[in-house]
Amino acid sequence: MSEKEVKNLEEVFEARIARDEKIEPKDWMPEKYRQTHIRQMSQHAHSEIVGMLPEGNWITRAPSLRRKAALLAKVQDEAGHGLYLYSACETLGISRDELYEQLHSGKAKYSSIFNYPTVTWADMGAVGWLVDGAAIINQVPLCNTSFGPYARAMVRVCKEESFHQRQGFEIMLTLCRGSEEQKAMAQDALNRWWWPSLMMLGPTDAESVHTEQSMKWKLKRKSNDELRQQFIDQTVPQADLLGITVPDPDLKWNEETGHYDFGEIDWDEFWQVVKGHGPCNKERMNARVNAWNNGEWVRDAAMAHAEKNANKKVAKAS
Amino acid sequence: MKKNWPLWEIFVRSKNGLEHRHFGSLHAADAEMAMENARDVYTRRNEGVSIWVVESKNITASNPADNGEMFEPAQDKVYRHPTFYDLPDEVKHM
Repeated sequence: MSEKEVKNLEEVFEARIARDEKIEPKDWMPEKYRQTHIRQMSQHAHSEIVGMLPEGNWITRAPSLRRKAALLAKVQDEAGHGLYLYSACETLGISRDELYEQLHSGKAKYSSIFNYPTVTWADMGAVGWLVDGAAIINQVPLCNTSFGPYARAMVRVCKEESFHQRQGFEIMLTLCRGSEEQKAMAQDALNRWWWPSLMMLGPTDAESVHTEQSMKWKLKRKSNDELRQQFIDQTVPQADLLGITVPDPDLKWNEETGHYDFGEIDWDEFWQVVKGHGPCNKERMNARVNAWNNGEWVRDAAMAHAEKNANKKVAKAS
Repeated sequence: MKKNWPLWEIFVRSKNGLEHRHFGSLHAADAEMAMENARDVYTRRNEGVSIWVVESKNITASNPADNGEMFEPAQDKVYRHPTFYDLPDEVKHM
């Protein structure tokens, strides 16, 4: 194809997106659109999969059967969400194996929040309330994104995610209405998860390299700073309701703007964790790579079994 | 000799009276496993009463690049629609 023809196709393509038309896997698309979507969707899928690890840790130690069933269902949902997103990503012509390889080699990223440890039961509450809360804010606009398979997967994810946040808040509420020690545990969890949750919404607009292009392709509908403000505005009253304190001395309602003002985020910490130096980066990746490697014989055996059965059927038929 | 689990397309009937609809895809070693996985991945919340699994390689899809010749001819055949025909207002029930 000549340069001029490609440019023409690109113009038609951009116009389709501007008209809110969806792009489907077999449609022509600019290579950069394809790559950007593989990057974002796989990062999203990896986050779901790695996100199971800090919670899986607590399934056997949940304080009641009710909590255990809920946590188990939540972790199962996350596996499901990872699978929807991997499948959607594969429609762009990358294999599941390549996607795993990118995760395991460190080439692909996942949400840095999962590199923090979950040290008490209250962390299950804080993760559901704050981390899933921030994730929902990020994800809801993606239900309208331009790439069909991603949008469809996100509709399903968003439908299921709401229970995750509510069960987390319920855990926090129960602790906050409990003994002094339980309430202190909830406060401690908020102290540790508040700032990482704010960072989870991504670097400031000034630092965000992908924003402009992503806005055009509807991979993003609001900037990171807008999403962060939205998260703070809706979460602070919830903390008040719980009767615990957001660990930010600069946090203050601003009558004029109608938003909360908040303190400086420690972006050095964010970049350290992104670059692999968070408290649990190594542990998470080891758990993930071990699960994959130790499961290899099972995958091979299942394949061999399927082939044997298929051959048996052919033999019978002839 | 490494062999990856093939890809399957999953269709779910959400309730009797409705058609099976494409829900997504997944990897499985064989049809039986595809069925079990489809149940866990796509019907955790009563989304269906029936599931079809089809190995993706068995689906032949039209190419969007051919959409012109495939679908445009239908556009100028307005006579296939009831409103194309002029009838006096007095004619009822038609």
